[in-house]
Amino acid sequence: MTPEIPHLPSYEDPALDAAFEALHGEVATRSARITTLEERETFRLDWLGRKQGRLKLIGDAWLKAAPAEARRALGLRFNQLKQAVDAALERKVPDGSASRSVASAVPKASLDLSLPGLVRRPGTPHPLLETMHAMVKVFGDLGYSVNLGPQVETDFYNFEALNFPPNHPARDTQDTLLLANQSGKAARDRLLMRTHTSPVQIRTMVANDPPLRIVIPGKVHRNDAADATHSPIFHQIEGLAVGPEITFSDLKGTLDHAMKAMFGADVRTRFFPSFFPFTEPSADVQISCIFCGGAGCRKCKHSGWIELLGCGMVDPAVFAAVTDERRRQGRDPEVYDPRRVSGFAFGMGVERIAMIRHGVADIGQFYSGDLRFLEQFG
Amino acid sequence: MKILTAWLRAILPTISVSDRQLADDLTLRGIAVEGVHDLGVSPSGEMNGHLFEMDITTNRVDAMNHRGIAREIATMYALELPALEPVLPAVREAGAASAARPFSVRIDPEAEALCGRFTARVLRGVTVRPSSGEVKTFFELLGQKQISNAVDASNFTLLGMGHPTHAFDLDRIEGGIVVRLARRGEVLKLLDGTTRTLEADDLVVADEQKALGLAGVMGGWESMITPGTKNVLVEAAWFDPAAVRRSSRRHGLHTDASHRFERGADFNAAPLANDLVAELILRDGGTIDGTMVDLAVPAIEQRTAKRAAISLSVREVQRHLGTTVEDGKSEGRRGEDRTSENKKNESRQGEDRDVAGESALRSAVVEQYLTSLGCRMTAEGDGSYSVALPSWRLDLEREIDLIEEVARVFGYNRFANTLPMPLPVLRHPVEAQERAVRTRLLALGFTEAISSTFASAAEAALFAPEETSGSTGEGVALRHVAMENPLSAEATLLRPTMLPGMLAMLANNLNRDVREARLFEQGQVFLGTADDEGVGEVMETASLVLGVTSETTERTSLYSAEDAPIFELKGVIESLASLFTLAGGAESLRFSSEKVPAWMEAGRGGIALLHNRPLAVFGELSRTEQAARKLRQPVYLATIAISELLTLPLQVHTAREISRFQAVERDLSFLFPDTTKWHTIAATIEALALPELERLLPLEIFRDPKGKAIAVGQHSLLFRLVFHSATRTLTDSDLVEASRRVTEALTAMGGVQRMPGS
Repeated sequence: MTPEIPHLPSYEDPALDAAFEALHGEVATRSARITTLEERETFRLDWLGRKQGRLKLIGDAWLKAAPAEARRALGLRFNQLKQAVDAALERKVPDGSASRSVASAVPKASLDLSLPGLVRRPGTPHPLLETMHAMVKVFGDLGYSVNLGPQVETDFYNFEALNFPPNHPARDTQDTLLLANQSGKAARDRLLMRTHTSPVQIRTMVANDPPLRIVIPGKVHRNDAADATHSPIFHQIEGLAVGPEITFSDLKGTLDHAMKAMFGADVRTRFFPSFFPFTEPSADVQISCIFCGGAGCRKCKHSGWIELLGCGMVDPAVFAAVTDERRRQGRDPEVYDPRRVSGFAFGMGVERIAMIRHGVADIGQFYSGDLRFLEQFG
Repeated sequence: MKILTAWLRAILPTISVSDRQLADDLTLRGIAVEGVHDLGVSPSGEMNGHLFEMDITTNRVDAMNHRGIAREIATMYALELPALEPVLPAVREAGAASAARPFSVRIDPEAEALCGRFTARVLRGVTVRPSSGEVKTFFELLGQKQISNAVDASNFTLLGMGHPTHAFDLDRIEGGIVVRLARRGEVLKLLDGTTRTLEADDLVVADEQKALGLAGVMGGWESMITPGTKNVLVEAAWFDPAAVRRSSRRHGLHTDASHRFERGADFNAAPLANDLVAELILRDGGTIDGTMVDLAVPAIEQRTAKRAAISLSVREVQRHLGTTVEDGKSEGRRGEDRTSENKKNESRQGEDRDVAGESALRSAVVEQYLTSLGCRMTAEGDGSYSVALPSWRLDLEREIDLIEEVARVFGYNRFANTLPMPLPVLRHPVEAQERAVRTRLLALGFTEAISSTFASAAEAALFAPEETSGSTGEGVALRHVAMENPLSAEATLLRPTMLPGMLAMLANNLNRDVREARLFEQGQVFLGTADDEGVGEVMETASLVLGVTSETTERTSLYSAEDAPIFELKGVIESLASLFTLAGGAESLRFSSEKVPAWMEAGRGGIALLHNRPLAVFGELSRTEQAARKLRQPVYLATIAISELLTLPLQVHTAREISRFQAVERDLSFLFPDTTKWHTIAATIEALALPELERLLPLEIFRDPKGKAIAVGQHSLLFRLVFHSATRTLTDSDLVEASRRVTEALTAMGGVQRMPGS
């Protein structure tokens, strides 16, 4: 194939400049692509080939037709172009080429495969949020939809509707961070940092008719002193199922399945009576120790069991609060009649699960942003 | 709370299991034994049994004593709990005076709502001495401090059957007893030696002259039992939970008595407790003077000991609790396979079965459990009962409370594992968007972090001054939100921005010699509407913060080493925006270096605008702040109003056809004054609307600080034009005209073309 000879519209200086500029651009672009010795030779033949080289062909074509007064200008420009081509040929072929012709010139022993691999490091997901997403997925697979709620809550949603009456001793166990300047408000409207994700249960039921299956991940706060296992900021995952025929054995089956999905099919669960104002009956759930399988080890304090979550059947007082609030908001109040529906709820601390899963000894590391800690989970 | 198994066995001699078995069985029934300590052998060679560390939930005040736990054990193992029968000597007929005039006690009308019952008994001629017998033995095993027989009697009764009592030195009491509200400012010295100034809603037990004790919380110093005490007044009362809680909290006095009263004591236990204390004191001598005074407030009795019976249906028990592992298996066949033969046999025996059908939770079982716990069951047919409630179980109020008791005693782990019907899953509106952002940031090399939800006032003022907080849709100014009881002086506000948290984390890393950090945090920021009355509403907004610090950034052909992190942040912002469907396309996102915030070093960052609304602020932390925080290298921050993006649909990309023909490139190099920005150059070239121009990209910027190759204040720019036709192969000659026009346009705006090699 004969290379194309660009058209030269005239022998005036501007036309010559434009034409040569195009050729210089072409030299620069093509020479920049040279990565191997073979490519360099192709480039050389392409431009400087004695018979089919572009310089020769173009030179022949343009010089032949050139008026005498333009020959000097043309010659000067041809020399510059040739210098540019020569300069491009003198440039070193870049190192590190994978081409065989280059590689063959390099002694084989110089590839030291024992050097560390070269990789662009992706970021590391936070172990706490990873755990939270994993738990949410387990319940998603069981037919639970995600719902979220605000971190700043009213006393009504955080306590009252969940059957913590004002001045009730059960409030003592959830030391609350309060917002300033709330004394002018009715008690139920006072703002605080939610102490658990349970208020989202109420919000969901107020806004939606049964049946419901929801899972609520989120950040919560308590006025607790920080130590190795407590943090004033922590995360919970809450679940709620409400429908016409939800039973305590459904609660047991659901959590037993979820724990197996999370920690392995060999994990066993054990339920203990407990007390939460918003569930009745209430239970604490233990799983067989995931480290020793139940034989007893340091991690489970030699009990064979690890306490993991709290749960119970939704207390009728909670349905009553939901019903009142629905009436207040003009929604059908009858649908949460505890004679027609029942439900269960459960909640667990994400930090605790993440600490167990990853062997984290100090809860504070989750909030340090310390890359020496976080990058371990990449 | 500590419990002795020896004491339990003294109350309930028929326990046949070991102490350890007992601990396990109790725990599985909600009476949690947290620790079991072997108490060894007594000097006389008897086994001391074990000490149980208990963790009793707040609703079970009735089980916070030995007898309460013995009742649970009796129910669990179907044993008979013997009644408590204190034996008191006959009342001394000491003379006309005392017999004619019983000791005077009255409850002030104003205090009647707070003191439901008050019993008082006078003991005369007692001997105050150290305790002996089981009091001494059990107290020693418990590690309980022994004071004197009179004081220990009260404590022994509390630990034994749960009701708080108090013993006064009778001779310190002037006149009779009055239960009344305190006078504001009234002063009372308590048993612990402290002097308290009372409020008008503190309830006190007083005599005619002075307060003797803080009711339900602690007795007074003045009337305490001393070695010289001869005559004693024994008090056992019932105080209102809220009143006791109020006084206990106000005065910071959490006592065994307040703990029990706050959670609801047994109204009927007061006289029995009084008897038990008297019995113990009188063992060491003394006589009873007159009959015990017993005042009860009927209204309170009505809502406690005499509260109405509730109805319970076994059908409801089954509706809430569901399936047990023993369902359908008849008694004695537990564990056997159910064959159709068995089923047939069972259905033939149908007459024996009640409404419970094949459930293991039959009427008989329900009845047995609840009766053993102290309920009185009256069958009303069809598996329904009227249940009279025990006075010591104020936590039982509703049918569901009884259902819980049945589940608890039956044993939670005897219920089957069943699954409810699943429902279709609805996606949360922003779930996918948040995940897309997170995934992209991780892929871009940013590590996920979580920082404090709070900020100090100083940090908030620097990083999110209130005057930039904006206002609500209704035009109400948004302010910082303060905490009433902040965790620390550094956490007085809810964070209005996540920048301080990010900066703290970067500093944290630099201080630990981690000099390469790329972090992000997705979270909420908070602003509130405040009026004269305080914070009205709080707006929680999703936000995203990025932080970069690096000691190894290298200069590239386009960016200097110190500028590279700023362009990295810009790139991340563009990359995140590209995830979403932007009305107006990519052009709706633009960048400006005007109006940058105070925390940023001048000229070292900018803001991103989406549809002319601020989307992000990014740049280098000011040198002043860097120095003030003693940061060893520059840090770069970006805060992104991600809420602006999260509500947008994610981009669904449409494939475009890729041309079969080859693209051709043309690189050009120009000298420009530094005042000419790439944006202007690009706009100028784009304005030419060159046919088949596919891309325009800057390749290299070069400045010569020495001013030799290129004058200071100028830079050379190498850029590439990529032409691509969908219909033909372009040739170099096609580019001549295009590059001529570009050259002309750029020359016109002050550019000077550089030839390769020149």
